[in-house]
Amino acid sequence: MTIAGTMGYEREQQIPGDYDPNYVPDSVKSFVVHMYRHIREKNVYEIHQMYETSFQSISDRFFKDAPWPSVDAVAPYVDNDHVFCLLYREMWFRHLYARLSPTLKQRIDSWDNYCNLFQVVLHGVVNMQLPNQWLWDMVDEFVYQFQSFCQYRAKMKSKTEQEIALLRQYGQAWNVYGVLNYLQALVEKSMIIKILEQEKEGLEQFTATDGYDYSGGSNVLKVLGYFSMIGLLRVHCLLGDYHTALKCLLPIDISQQGVYTSVIGSHITTIYHYGFANVMLRSLSSQESSYTELISIDCSLPATSDLVVYYFRILIVHFNGKESNDNVDAYRLQLKLFLYEVKQQQLLSGVRTFLKVYSTITLGKLAAYMEVDEPTLRSDSISPPKDMIHVAESKPAKRYGDYFMRQIVKLEGVMTDVDRIKLE
Amino acid sequence: MGREISNSTTNQTQQSAMSHTVEQLVAVNPYNPDILPDLENYVNEQVSSQTYSLNANLCLLRLYQFEPERMSTQIVARILIKALMAMPAPDFSLCLFPIPERVQMEEQFKTLIVLSHYLETARFRQFWDEAVKSRHILEVIPGFEQAIQAYAIHVLSLTYQKVTRSILAESINIEGLSLDKVIEHHVANSGWVIEKNQNKGQLIILPRNEFNHPELKKSTADGIPLEHITRILPILG
Repeated sequence: MTIAGTMGYEREQQIPGDYDPNYVPDSVKSFVVHMYRHIREKNVYEIHQMYETSFQSISDRFFKDAPWPSVDAVAPYVDNDHVFCLLYREMWFRHLYARLSPTLKQRIDSWDNYCNLFQVVLHGVVNMQLPNQWLWDMVDEFVYQFQSFCQYRAKMKSKTEQEIALLRQYGQAWNVYGVLNYLQALVEKSMIIKILEQEKEGLEQFTATDGYDYSGGSNVLKVLGYFSMIGLLRVHCLLGDYHTALKCLLPIDISQQGVYTSVIGSHITTIYHYGFANVMLRSLSSQESSYTELISIDCSLPATSDLVVYYFRILIVHFNGKESNDNVDAYRLQLKLFLYEVKQQQLLSGVRTFLKVYSTITLGKLAAYMEVDEPTLRSDSISPPKDMIHVAESKPAKRYGDYFMRQIVKLEGVMTDVDRIKLE
Repeated sequence: MGREISNSTTNQTQQSAMSHTVEQLVAVNPYNPDILPDLENYVNEQVSSQTYSLNANLCLLRLYQFEPERMSTQIVARILIKALMAMPAPDFSLCLFPIPERVQMEEQFKTLIVLSHYLETARFRQFWDEAVKSRHILEVIPGFEQAIQAYAIHVLSLTYQKVTRSILAESINIEGLSLDKVIEHHVANSGWVIEKNQNKGQLIILPRNEFNHPELKKSTADGIPLEHITRILPILG
């Protein structure tokens, strides 16, 4: 399957008439040649520079509204290196998804490319060292393209017969089991869960080196496995299974810095989905309650529903693609259940506001403040004998012990530094 | 799935062997539709042996989501009832999220949602009234009443310092001699004390805990874990 072979399906795409997929400008030539060399030499710093900066600037200059040159056209400049070509195509598709609208054939080809790339990684034959940013982008884009495919497939009405036939022929492309199993395989094969455990006992280094391997090995499988846990967190949130979502994230200690905080996108995705899943599980402790507050502040409904609708619009979960209505249903359902959770919290926070002032209060008085009658409130709480409510205020206790410990360690550090200074 | 009637010891070994293998199946194949029938059998097994596995049930709901044509509403109902029995854990809503709305609109699921709402808001009288109407789906689940009664007692213990016999009766839907037995049991095992009260009848004093006696609330944060101490040991030495 070559990229040139996809040109027959370019119906949706506006490509300038003079675009030739086989023409390789000098800057692209130089880009692939240097990138290839840096990858062979494991020069992570240079790879990162080229990936972050050069790729963007060349895209802006030459490929604002056209795809990069086809992989076949650049292959001769990189010894036809199989793995490099897979990486190149991964970027090629990502650029296409970001700037143009991919055709069905291109979506399927991109799926194939991810399969081939992950296969190579899973079989442990790569010996590269790639920047965390790039590895995160792979997992992130993989999940994004899956979502995008689900949305695309749901719009069956606007499809040509040719497309429907193609969808049938490639039923495996972006199949939900395939997506989940690739992520799961990366987690398992990388042994990342064991690595993180052993790191706690001081037997292994992972976080300390940001996941990079400085003893001659490759970081690719390990870090892809690590980010795949976050990918699974996200997919399970999309599926509405918040319990399993959080279970996938368990090996990562999110109360601390980690490899997940080394890439901004990964940091945001992790905290966002972690917080969301916890709201749905109602297990936010008081320290984490800023998340609920954030949501309940603008919960004077119109604003929030927009916010949440925005969230659920991105996540569309339907798989057999027969009835397109289920798509809308799925997100409406999650929205409804979410607002129900938030409303419950809101009701409680209303009661809490009044209770802050009192340590005991009669039921009648509370009812008057809340502007409801006593029997209603009684059924909302369940009536206490003698109708007297005792108020327990939950205040986060200050952790003095911890504070002193840290100061002791800090002081010791300062003392050592002072000792080291030699006065003339 | 008609399980053979056999003597109870082999029965138990079979059950524990089954739960063992199903949990393993889920751990090894979380995303494999082939295990769907095993998981369905396992739900029935949980019902008959009065055990419970949220993990396995969520896995089954996930597979139903991917294979809507294979969904059995009877199994889904059983999963939801088992989740109700797990209150105060939030399992009921966790199981509800992955179920499509058109399925949730079915009468039996609407009832279960109402029931869970009553339990959440501790409206036990309404709960028991409503539950009577759905006896046909609830009665087939062994241990259902007992589980809800345990939850009701849990809520009462968190909320009250003292509770009248009538409120207790209403909450757990038990009266007369059976109620005496329940009270006796808790006097012996859970530290309940009965206070005779002239005009109000029996008053039960519930044991003190940090929720019904706020001053008992421990400040949990004041401990320092050992590994933090070890960090400063070299400095102290």
